[in-house]
Amino acid sequence: MPELTRESKPLLLTGGRILDPSQNLDESGDLLVQNGKVEAVSGRVGHADDVEVIDCSGCIVSPGFIDVHCHLREPGREDVETIATGARAAAAGGFTAVCAMPNTDPVTDNQAAVGFVIRQANRAAAARVYAIGAISVGQRGETLAEFGEMVGAGAVAVSDDGRPMVSAQLMRTALEYARTFGIPVIDHCEEPTLAHGGAMNEGIVSARLGLKGIPAEAEEIMVIRDILLARRTGGHVHLAHMSTRGSVELIRWGKERGINVTAEVCPHHISLTEERVGAYDTNAKMNPPLRTTSDVEALREAVRDGTIDLIATDHAPHHYDEKEREFADAPNGIIGLETALGVVVTHLVDSGTLDFAMLVERMSCSPARVFNLEGGTLRRGAEADITVFDPAMKWTVDPSEMLSKGRNTPYAGMTLSGRAVCTIVGGRIVYQMESPAAARLQPARS
Amino acid sequence: MTSALGKDLLGLEPLSSEQILLILDTAEPFKEISERAIKKVPALRGQTIVNLFFESSTRTRISFEFAEKRLSADTVNVAASGSSVLKGETLVDTARNLEAMRIDMVVMRHGASGAAQFLAERIESNVINAGDGTHEHPTQGLLDLLTLRDHFGDLKGRRVCICGDVLHSRVARSNIWGLQKLGVEVAVCGPRSLLPNAIEEFGVRVIPRIEEAIEWADALNVLRLQLERMTAGYIPSSREYNRVFGVTRERLERAPRDILIMHPGPMNRGVEIDSDVADGPHSVILNQVTNGIAVRMAVLYLLSGGRPELAEAAKGGTGRRGGAEMTEAA
Repeated sequence: MPELTRESKPLLLTGGRILDPSQNLDESGDLLVQNGKVEAVSGRVGHADDVEVIDCSGCIVSPGFIDVHCHLREPGREDVETIATGARAAAAGGFTAVCAMPNTDPVTDNQAAVGFVIRQANRAAAARVYAIGAISVGQRGETLAEFGEMVGAGAVAVSDDGRPMVSAQLMRTALEYARTFGIPVIDHCEEPTLAHGGAMNEGIVSARLGLKGIPAEAEEIMVIRDILLARRTGGHVHLAHMSTRGSVELIRWGKERGINVTAEVCPHHISLTEERVGAYDTNAKMNPPLRTTSDVEALREAVRDGTIDLIATDHAPHHYDEKEREFADAPNGIIGLETALGVVVTHLVDSGTLDFAMLVERMSCSPARVFNLEGGTLRRGAEADITVFDPAMKWTVDPSEMLSKGRNTPYAGMTLSGRAVCTIVGGRIVYQMESPAAARLQPARS
Repeated sequence: MTSALGKDLLGLEPLSSEQILLILDTAEPFKEISERAIKKVPALRGQTIVNLFFESSTRTRISFEFAEKRLSADTVNVAASGSSVLKGETLVDTARNLEAMRIDMVVMRHGASGAAQFLAERIESNVINAGDGTHEHPTQGLLDLLTLRDHFGDLKGRRVCICGDVLHSRVARSNIWGLQKLGVEVAVCGPRSLLPNAIEEFGVRVIPRIEEAIEWADALNVLRLQLERMTAGYIPSSREYNRVFGVTRERLERAPRDILIMHPGPMNRGVEIDSDVADGPHSVILNQVTNGIAVRMAVLYLLSGGRPELAEAAKGGTGRRGGAEMTEAA
C-alpha cells in the first residue's frame, strides 16, 4: 500500500455530522485523529491541548472517498496530467485514494511500472494512489501480463481499460488467474465491431448530427459475456463505467444468481444525456457515450438499490487543443475528480435518489470493500482517511480553478451543491478549503 | 451587420420556414443572370471568399465558384490536397489563419460532421456549409426545394420520398428538414441497414419497398449508392441493390401519377437509377444543377448583408448592399 508521510500532531474534527455506513454511524460530534489513525469517535472527545482543531459544523465527516477508476497519464503524457497533479485534484475533490488505470505510455503491465506509479504517488504526498495493472502485455489483448509480480509490487486490480478485452478466451483466463491473487478483473465493456467508429450514443441525436453512433448493445453484449465468464470461472469481474439500462438489468440478473460481479457508474452517466452533445461539444464526448434519459433513470435506480456497487470518476484529462477539433476525431473523456461529489449531491441526493449515508457508502465504503483497499471506515484504529464535505455549499464549476491539469469538463459554468472542504489522508490534511464557513456564505456565480 | 439568415448557413435544421422561403424567393431573380450574355452583377464586388474543400467535390465547388463570380466576388480555392492539412495543420489553425487574412466568407466542405459549426464558432467571417460529413448539405437541400417549387408551386401537402443510403447522406438530412418546414410529407425508402435506426423520430414515413414509394410519392429524390457501402457490408451487392431498390423505367411506368425524379449526383447509372429514368421525361436532374447556382447566389447575397427586397434590383445593378451603391458590372 502506498505510504504517506504522517504528522504527529493530533487532529480534532469538531461539531460535524459523522457519517460512517460501515458501522451504521450517523451522529453529531467530534472525531480525534492521532498517529495517523482514528483514535476516537463520539459526542465529545477528550483530547490533549496540543491538537489542531477543525471546525466541521454544518459539514459531514465521512470515511474518505475512493475512486477506483481514474487516468493520471503518467508516464507518457505528463503534459496532460501527472500522478502528483492527479493526486492533488483527487484530494481537492474529497478523494483520499484513487486507482490509476494502466493505459499509460508505456503501459503499466509489469512490476517495475507498478513500482513507478507508487513511488511517484508517495512523492506527491496527496491522495493515496494505487496502481491497476494491465490484463494483457501492452494492453494488446494477446498475452496475460504478470499479475503475480504486479500484485506483489502493489497493484490492486487488473484492467485493459481504454480498450475492451476482445478475446473471450483471454478474459476467461484472466478471471481464473486473478482468483489466485484475490483481485478483480476490470473490463471496459465494448463490442468493438458494433462500436467501431462511433462517436456518441446511437439514437435520434446521432442521426440528427450525422455522427456514427455506438449502440447500447455494444456494451451489453460484453456485459453478459463477462458475467457468464465470471459464473464459469468463479472469478471477480468488475464492470467499468456502466451506461445503459440493459447493462443494469444484466448485472441484476447476475447478482441474483450469486455471480461474482460488481459494477461502477460515473457521475456523468447519471447526470447528463446525449442531448448534452448539443452542437458538437467535444467536452460531452466520452466512451461509453452519454446515453438517454431512460438509461440515466435506470442507472440512478441501480446506484440506489446497490445493483451498481459504486461511483467512480473515469477522470480522463486531455490537453485543450486535443479536444478543440472535429467531434468525431476528438479524444474521449472528461475530468471528474473535482466535480464528482458536487454532481452526485446535485443529481442523486438533491433529487431524492440517495441520502448522504448512501452517497458515502457508494463513494467510500463500497469501493474499499470491492477492491479490498484500506479505508472506507472510521472505526477506531483505522487509517485516518477522512473527507469533510459541506453538503449544501453551492459552487459554480470553473475549469480554470481546477487542480487537475485537465480543463475538459461538460460541467463548466454549472452550479453544483456539495463540496469537499477538508481531505485527510493518514491523519494528515492534504486539502483544505480556505475558510469553509466563509465559503458557504459566498453566493454561487451564475 | 446581421443578415436575415444570421451569420452563417450551417444547415436547414436551424432555419425557419420563412428564412428558407426567403432564400428561394431571392434565388428567383438570380436565375435570369445565368441566361445573360454577360453573366455578372456587382453585388459582392470587393468581397473575398475562400472555397475550402477538404473533401473532393466537382459540382458543388464549381457551382459555388460560378455563383461567386457571377456576383463579382474575389475567390480563392483551396483543396485539401494542396493545403497545409496534409502537413498536419488542424482545422482550428486553418480557421485562425483564414481569420488573419481578413476574408469575408468561407465556403467549406469537410468530411467531419459538425466541421462547419466548428469553424463558424471560431471566425468572424460568414461560413457556408458545403457539406459536412454525414450531417447536412444545406445548399443542396435548398436547390432541391427550388426545383420542386418550380414544378409544383406551393409544396404544402406534397409527398417526397428520399430513396437509398439515408444513413450516410447529408443531402437526405437537409432535404428532410427543408421539406418538412415547407409542409411536405416526407418518406424514406431503402435497405434498413442504410437507414438510421431512429429515422421515424424525424417524423418521416419509412416505406420498405421502392414500388410502394413510387405509388405514394409525387417526387423521388434518389441518392447515390456509395460503392464503399458494399465493401463495408451494408448491402450485399450493387446488382441486388438495383434489383430491389433501383428506380427503373418498368417500375416508374406503374406510377399512378406523374412523378418527379431528382438526384443530387453524381449518379451510378444502372445501380440506384437507370439511364432511361435519369434522362427521361420525369427527370429534373439538370434543372437541379442550374438551380444550384441561383440558390448559392441567393445565400451568398443574403449572408453578405444583401437585402432580400432589393435582390431584383441587385440583379439589375441598382440594389444596395451594406450601404454601397451598386452599378452594373462592365
